[in-house]
Amino acid sequence: MTEQASQEEISAEIEAIEAEARLDIARGSAAELHPRRNYPPYRSSVLRHPTHELVRVDPEEVERVSPAFGHTDVNVLESDLTIQHSGEPLGERITVSGRVLDGEARPVRHQLVELWQANAGGRYVHKRDQHPAPLDPNFTGVGRLITGDDGEYSFTTIKPGPYPWRNHLNAWRPAHIHFSLFGTAFTQRLITQMYFPGDPLFALDPIYQSITDPAARARLIGSYDHSLSVPEFSLGYRWDIVLTGPKSTWMESEEAHA
Amino acid sequence: MPDFVPTDFVQTPSQTVGPFYGFALPYENGSQLVPGHHPHAIRLHGTVTDGAGVAIPDALLEIWQADESGVLGHSRGSLDRDGFTFTGFGRTAVNLAGHYTFTTVKPGAVSGGAPYVLVTVFARGLIHHLFTRAYFPEDVEAHQTDTVLSAVPRERRATLVSVADGVAGGAASYRFDISLQGAAETVFLNFDA
Repeated sequence: MTEQASQEEISAEIEAIEAEARLDIARGSAAELHPRRNYPPYRSSVLRHPTHELVRVDPEEVERVSPAFGHTDVNVLESDLTIQHSGEPLGERITVSGRVLDGEARPVRHQLVELWQANAGGRYVHKRDQHPAPLDPNFTGVGRLITGDDGEYSFTTIKPGPYPWRNHLNAWRPAHIHFSLFGTAFTQRLITQMYFPGDPLFALDPIYQSITDPAARARLIGSYDHSLSVPEFSLGYRWDIVLTGPKSTWMESEEAHA
Repeated sequence: MPDFVPTDFVQTPSQTVGPFYGFALPYENGSQLVPGHHPHAIRLHGTVTDGAGVAIPDALLEIWQADESGVLGHSRGSLDRDGFTFTGFGRTAVNLAGHYTFTTVKPGAVSGGAPYVLVTVFARGLIHHLFTRAYFPEDVEAHQTDTVLSAVPRERRATLVSVADGVAGGAASYRFDISLQGAAETVFLNFDA
């Protein structure tokens, strides 16, 4: 087994890539909207990214439409992750609300949003998660809903904890919630992660930093919104999600760095 | 660095599905777009491998396709299958050997192109999902004029065409292996607007 890199080594790699990305922008390249598929500080990406340039093609009808979901697929109660068991889960109760929009600010209506996360101690209900933090018998960490007429969504959950992983020595993921989204076209399909403001682990995390543009990364951070906090009950976060699909993918950049 | 940028209608970036989606995304009968006893059922299956040629045990695949007559579904019920409605969407995790299996029907051609199944690959280590297409080997003639296959360098085209590999439980079987890297790296597609 190869020796694990230190955080200092990983951070130096992260900084070098970002410096290079800044230079590219100074030379006239567009900022990268998505992460790089080839991002060596995230060790698992090394053998799992395509080395050939993606083949650019026009989407056809299959790609321009999306599967339909509705309340035959999702029970309305599935948006509350705190009521799935007999007791209250441990942790800080929060709501995460926002809108799913396309690039023209049109709502993505009546479409499926799926969410999953670790519990307050940073442990997933997954047999391969060996982090020695307690499981919470009152928290599974899975939610689903169908967006409303204005593309709006709202989940009630608890704030997930950060957790260690084995990318490098003393590697910790910032607290995050996984989101899976469908747009109006299959090309808009997106799986991503929402983060929480002010997390001290951002600068150290190669998954977050794989998005080399600071403004693009910041789009993954929910904002604390006191108007969404419910007295005596929960703290509110707002996070809007934009699915532009094909229009955003023309600037794929990994080819230049393969 | 600001912690929050107001929505500017710019694409939200992708992040990896990670290793721990197994309790959240797969669902009952997700891989069965039709029941196995459907008279026209086919098996679409294969193995997902990395750049070392090693099977990936934690990839998640989704397929999206037209029905047998080439019509795209607008029916709900992909997550809660009733056993009769064809929705065109399927999802499955690979097994520990990196192998996936969908039970579906062969789609009809949509708007004149060759029939295909759109395949989306998610995995730990894959920070942004990948799109590819699984075409069918018997449609040789339609492949000649297919705009996407024509856009692919000739020597890589075969990576988009499944291989007929017999019959499984009465269903015609097609094998579509996915290589994220390597000599047989699958062609992945970037859909321009």
